[in-house]
Amino acid sequence: MKAKIYVTLKQGILDPQGKAIEHALGSLGFNNVGHVRVGKYMEVEVNETDKTKADVTVKAMCEKLLANTIVEEYRYELQ
Amino acid sequence: MKIGVIVFPGSNCDDDCRHIFKDVLGQSVEMIWHKETSLAGLDVIVLPGGFSYGDYLRTGAIAKFSPVMGLVKEFAKVGGMVLGVCNGFQILLEAGMLPGAMLRNKSLHFICKDLPVKVENAATAFTSACQPGQVLTLPIAHADGNYYADPVTLAAMQANAQIVLRYCTPEGKVMPEANPNGSLGNIAGIINAAGNVLGMMPHPERCAETVLGNDDGKLIFRSMLESLRQSKKPLQMAPV
Repeated sequence: MKAKIYVTLKQGILDPQGKAIEHALGSLGFNNVGHVRVGKYMEVEVNETDKTKADVTVKAMCEKLLANTIVEEYRYELQ
Repeated sequence: MKIGVIVFPGSNCDDDCRHIFKDVLGQSVEMIWHKETSLAGLDVIVLPGGFSYGDYLRTGAIAKFSPVMGLVKEFAKVGGMVLGVCNGFQILLEAGMLPGAMLRNKSLHFICKDLPVKVENAATAFTSACQPGQVLTLPIAHADGNYYADPVTLAAMQANAQIVLRYCTPEGKVMPEANPNGSLGNIAGIINAAGNVLGMMPHPERCAETVLGNDDGKLIFRSMLESLRQSKKPLQMAPV
């Protein structure tokens, strides 16, 4: 099973990279661009066929390592 | 005193720390590889600056799982003195030994320069040789020094005087113009509630001898050694 994991800064936490990209898009003429948030995307293969078990494992790895939940939030899809 | 300097893969200020404690301050120093399984006999643990594990994922995120970090936590729990500088500070945050987290510098730049830093709390074991409110000149060198803590945590830290160092103007004014990296409240260094674990982004080991043109950093190390001399209680490490 493969986990597609997205880690982003929480709403309200300043995202300097997102701001820089937002400004760059604006200066390129994309005037309809709102806020931009930059995050991380990870694909993790989990040797597990049971989706419930894989879910427990992936949640634990997000909490322990992949996200710093003081400033980041995460979500994932299992396939 | 016996000082232990932890060496992670990617640490690069470890030898500077050894040099200051050993050659400048005349202490016994042991370099401790991150796979070490004992910290017996040490009075101080230093987590040096650098790029542990290449800063992959987040600064300090992987180093916190190094085998030696369990021992460092135990060492701190029984009152052992722990200093984390730059990447060492980031590791202490990731390991939960200090509150808060580090974000990318607001400017997105790696900033390497000497800056005025105000001693907000001179009553700690790491700053007792400083005058209250003294302005030190200390170099920073980081890309992720933008300190963040949620409002509740910050209020508790303020109430406990845990904010030890803040970036300031040369006159000692703490204001947004003197903030190099976007750090909350200009925070440059904090201490834990128990007062034995300090994390700081500036590098005192890079300015602790007159030959370098600045020895302000020496005040931090002198404070630590003096505090150790005054504390009579030997550390009781749990057997591993």
